[in-house]
Amino acid sequence: MALSRSNWRSTAEAICVPIAAILFALILFGIFCSFNGKDPFLVYEAIGKTAFGNWRSFQGTLLRAAPLMLTALCTALPARLGLMIIGNEGALVMGGIGATIFGLLLSYGSVLPTSTTTTLGLPPLMVQLGMALAGIVFGGVWIAIVGALRHYRAVNETISSLLMNYIAIALLNHLVEGPMKDPSSLNKPSSFPIPEIYLLGNLGGTRIHYGLLYGVIACTVAYFLIQHTTFGFAARTAGGNVKAARIAGLPVGKLTIIICFLAGSCAGLAGMVEVAAVQGQANASIVAGYGYSGILVAFVARYNPLAAALVAVLLGGIINSGGALQRSELLRMPDATVLVFQGLVFIVVLYSESLYGRLKIFKEPEVPATPPPTTTTTATV
Amino acid sequence: MADALGWWGVPLGILAGTLRGSAPFLFVSLGECLTEKSGKINLGLEGTLLTGAMTAYAVSSLLQDKVGSALSPWLGVLAAGCAGMLLGLLHAWLSQQPKVNDIAVGIAMIIFGSGIAFFFGKPFIQPKAPQLPTIDLGAWSSSPAVQSALKISPLFLLGVAIAPLMFWFFKSTRWGLFIRAVGDSPDAALAMGVSITKVRMLCIVAGSFLAGIGGACLSLYYPGLWSESVSSGQGLMAVALVIFARWNPIQCLWASLFFGGAQAVGPALQSVGIDQGRYLFNAAPYVLTLLIMIITCSPKKTLSGAPGALGTIN
Repeated sequence: MALSRSNWRSTAEAICVPIAAILFALILFGIFCSFNGKDPFLVYEAIGKTAFGNWRSFQGTLLRAAPLMLTALCTALPARLGLMIIGNEGALVMGGIGATIFGLLLSYGSVLPTSTTTTLGLPPLMVQLGMALAGIVFGGVWIAIVGALRHYRAVNETISSLLMNYIAIALLNHLVEGPMKDPSSLNKPSSFPIPEIYLLGNLGGTRIHYGLLYGVIACTVAYFLIQHTTFGFAARTAGGNVKAARIAGLPVGKLTIIICFLAGSCAGLAGMVEVAAVQGQANASIVAGYGYSGILVAFVARYNPLAAALVAVLLGGIINSGGALQRSELLRMPDATVLVFQGLVFIVVLYSESLYGRLKIFKEPEVPATPPPTTTTTATV
Repeated sequence: MADALGWWGVPLGILAGTLRGSAPFLFVSLGECLTEKSGKINLGLEGTLLTGAMTAYAVSSLLQDKVGSALSPWLGVLAAGCAGMLLGLLHAWLSQQPKVNDIAVGIAMIIFGSGIAFFFGKPFIQPKAPQLPTIDLGAWSSSPAVQSALKISPLFLLGVAIAPLMFWFFKSTRWGLFIRAVGDSPDAALAMGVSITKVRMLCIVAGSFLAGIGGACLSLYYPGLWSESVSSGQGLMAVALVIFARWNPIQCLWASLFFGGAQAVGPALQSVGIDQGRYLFNAAPYVLTLLIMIITCSPKKTLSGAPGALGTIN
């Protein structure tokens, strides 16, 4: 992609402002820590070490980044269409439910295998593919409903997707305590476990599962879909101005529902990864907050799927360091410290949104010959 | 309770649950109503609610030895409101920056507010805090079940009083008119010489004060403890409740009672031994809200009663 002189500055702005915002959030977080009697530099060191310190701990970071990449797309894709969807957690849960149901069906032919049930003996790749498809479809349909309600009934997509998070979690709890419950899971109601041979393996020689690969591929595909295809161009046009898009004859309703389906399917795939690579069964542990953190990733990345992959690694590192902050002899900080930090990053990044186009260094020198810089529109509700 | 009353335990349980559980709904919905009347949305009241609950519990627990256990919960309520105001101030400032989306700010405030609440609330999960007194309206009955069902919180009564007061405030006072003007037509408000920024700032801060008190209802009345799962999403539902109530404070009261009741159905059935589908019953308020929104929304017109400038970015 050749950069013309005019958008060189806006690219620099798009890179520098979020980085400056994160640095400023780090400073604020340091002040917060020192107010609570903790040496901020020790805290930074602990975060840096556990997040990116060595290959072993960086693997933990990447493990957490994998679902974040996928859930971030659930907010980032519809945002290009001007929709603010925060149903990431719900779509992830639905994807997890779907993956578990089909995982068990393809392994045993039943979601309630008895001790005498033998596996159907299908090849692992086929079962995994079935689980992934189920996750994609369940999550996709879940958010497509939000899109359809938006288009046909003008129901605010933010609020409906938020409500559907709670409905999905209730459905999960109902299923693992009732119709799908494994009677041997007493303390933590769960579905029957999926046979180990069908679970996703690790990338050669690491403890990173294939979910990371899914995340990277999904982000790359989403980037090309939005930036370099006619479909993406149509979606961005509708996001910029719905009326103009309608007049131009774009099928806004169809675009809305397809984009929402794709968004939900990414989060659903994250749910499949949680089931098929981390938990091995469906239970309340798949509701780990990756959905809500995914919203933050999408915001910081300004809805750019490739940037989302990078931000996911960063945030994955921060989440990864939560345990270390709690365990560290010197610090003993509550696990919510990470949540406070995420909140601070979110607030500062939102404030930085108002700085675009206001900072002198990124402004075009006033030469009449240069065309005005192309700016992307931010999402409106 | 259920053994003595048999099936009568179900309606009584729902009544008791409604009276106990609707207070937080009432405060957050009134707070959200005030905020939205000025044309801004505060989706972050869940964070405010949690911070309020933690602050109220912490203050009540810490001050019980200094001021006595009769006064300390009330100071807790006040502190919860003030903590809510601080978060409201942040929301008000941030959501009025150019090009900043108030819904996004709300999501940030949910994360930040709950982070703050969990961070500072960690040491208060174990210790007991003095609770607010209750008003026993059930003294006439000999049945202990009825007596315990009719133990009403004074905060609930306060909320019931605020609802008509706020209705009157919007309808008949000068300030109420200013707020409606800012929310419906900022241009007209500017022409009247009203500062949009200041009015919205005050409305968001006052609304967050109410939501903070809603949090105090949770930790100092029912369920009457502080834990990270003390709120079951009441703050998140505020926005939906206000849509349901059509931006009318009196209807906020009915909506809160309705939602409090819907929330009480599951536990009431559980008390008579119906345990199946308990999670689905607990999700009833969310399903209900969604259904109501599907029925009442229409792509052809905006909702009646919705402030004109709601959801626009300055």
